[in-house]
Amino acid sequence: MDFIKDTLADQFWFSIILSLAIFGGIMTAVAYCILLERKVSAWIQDRYGPNRVGPKGLLQPLADGVKLLFKEDIVPGHIEKTLFILAPFISFVVALIGFAVIPWGGAFRWPWMAEDAAPLYCQVATIDIGLLYILAVASLGVYGVVLGGWASNNKYAFYGGIRAAAQMLSYEIPLAMMVLVGILTTRSLRLEEMVTAQLGVDSAAPMAALFGLNGFAWTLFYHPLAAVILFITALAEANRAPFDLAECEQELIGGFHTEYSGMKWALFFLGEYAHMITSSAFMIAIFFGGYCVPGWTWLNTSDSVLAMLLRGGVFSFKILLFIMAYMVVRWTLPRFRFDQLMQLAWKSLVPIGGALVLLQVWILYKDLPQWVSIVGNVTILAVVALIGVVVQKPITGRQRSLIKKERIVRMREALVQRG
Amino acid sequence: MVNETTQSAAGRAWTETDVVYVDQPELTMSERLYLPQVFGGMKTTLRHMFKMRLRKEKVVQYPEQKRQLRKEIYRGVHRLNRDDQGRVACVACFMCETACPAHCIHIEGVESPWPDREKYPIKFDIDELRCIYCGMCEEACPVDAIELTPEYHLVGSSRDEMIFDKEKLLMVYDRTKDEKPRKNPMITGY
Ligand code: SF4
Ligand code: SF4
Repeated sequence: MDFIKDTLADQFWFSIILSLAIFGGIMTAVAYCILLERKVSAWIQDRYGPNRVGPKGLLQPLADGVKLLFKEDIVPGHIEKTLFILAPFISFVVALIGFAVIPWGGAFRWPWMAEDAAPLYCQVATIDIGLLYILAVASLGVYGVVLGGWASNNKYAFYGGIRAAAQMLSYEIPLAMMVLVGILTTRSLRLEEMVTAQLGVDSAAPMAALFGLNGFAWTLFYHPLAAVILFITALAEANRAPFDLAECEQELIGGFHTEYSGMKWALFFLGEYAHMITSSAFMIAIFFGGYCVPGWTWLNTSDSVLAMLLRGGVFSFKILLFIMAYMVVRWTLPRFRFDQLMQLAWKSLVPIGGALVLLQVWILYKDLPQWVSIVGNVTILAVVALIGVVVQKPITGRQRSLIKKERIVRMREALVQRG
Repeated sequence: MVNETTQSAAGRAWTETDVVYVDQPELTMSERLYLPQVFGGMKTTLRHMFKMRLRKEKVVQYPEQKRQLRKEIYRGVHRLNRDDQGRVACVACFMCETACPAHCIHIEGVESPWPDREKYPIKFDIDELRCIYCGMCEEACPVDAIELTPEYHLVGSSRDEMIFDKEKLLMVYDRTKDEKPRKNPMITGY
């Protein structure tokens, strides 16, 4: 008995147990995310969605899994075999290992631990560079897509791979900038500290809590613009609509996974959904207060096991909200054209992101109060709108850059030629 | 150099006022900021997402509920009509087989044992999987022997099963004759 208690009280063993539990939880969550996606899409289109397997269709993931397992796994003859097989595993594994540094429940102590013992963290790895780790791992995810596309030796898959590479490169930059804003605002690279900084009660905390509510100093309130941009880039990094140019059923058949079938194909999808969960968890930890519930001091700070479990629940609930947002966005927006995609990244997100980083650096350098950043955000938004009014209107569809006079001449020439 | 008075195709002199420029409307402020429009779109999708009533009214839960069809014009599984003596009405004229764009009708005609016609089909197969349900066969038939029925739940576990022979097609007639009576039984007397 004592042995079990000691094992549980040891961060190393607790982490191992926790990672197993999280792995199981995430796999189930991913399976049900796919069901949820189908349900949400159905609801949005005034349908019911899968409702035959089990009560209300709740066993559908099981049926899907069995089907995909028993499906023929075709490996075409014209592919680069090693990479072709490796690619889905890369995108799946990479999406999963990001969970290691997500601060699910914060610090807590078992009832049998001494009051002054070092608390355990409900987190697989509490490392100094937690944030950099997530960034590094998340960018590895694109290798799965790119390798899958290139190894398929098929022009559609190849286009998908190229598009994915270009898109990831472009969106990595605003993403990194927004993360930098988060780091500079919460002043830490450890995800668990970034969350506690957003409690905003500590006198040493960089941010004051709004309305004096414990846990209401989310980075979101100080940098709303940055949060929006972070969400956009997260959509792009997870290859979700409207940024799913790498898949793009209408133009590229299936894009990078054109040649895949059976379980390998499914792995890409499990990877995509796992990636969605990781990126939401990551955004929540940096910008949306992690597990904090505004105003509930006991939950936010207590070190009891119950509070830890509840905090995990709050975190999961926030993730669920984010996933829903991802899905509603997917079934609302049409896909970007490729030039629009690049324009969005390089002409708007990167400059705005740069301005936000400069703003936060300036605040830190001058030691100004954090609320200045709100003013700064509003100013930046106003400037962006102003620039939008002044500069040339974007060219959409059939609009030509020709001025009217030129068009008349062209028209006459056309008429003369026709006789 | 372009002439000032170019003749138009209609022979009349063409002037600048005749030209109508059609450009796409320029994007408004909120369209160019993009995000307000995104939220507008999400409002629509969310409204549909929470509107149970529409779903309940419109969705047909297929095996339990059936669609309301216009029985006279729906084109489903074929049937071979019987005449008033219960014989197959077809005279094996091959009109339907010739008209069929999918080449899915196969008929073998033999001399008829009955005095009122020369031939009748001893074999009559329709491949329901190849059929595109266009209704050309029905239109081509001079004696209105072949018709499409409102039956649309057509299932089978093999391709062979989906090739309907004469017996099966006559059975379809027996099944559906109350639902949709034979169109013109009296015209030719068969
Ligand atoms: S419905 Fe059209 S395709 Fe089908 S058997 Fe008749 S003619 Fe052929
Ligand atoms: S057209 Fe009518 S009568 Fe002629 S073969 Fe076909 S079904 Fe028989």
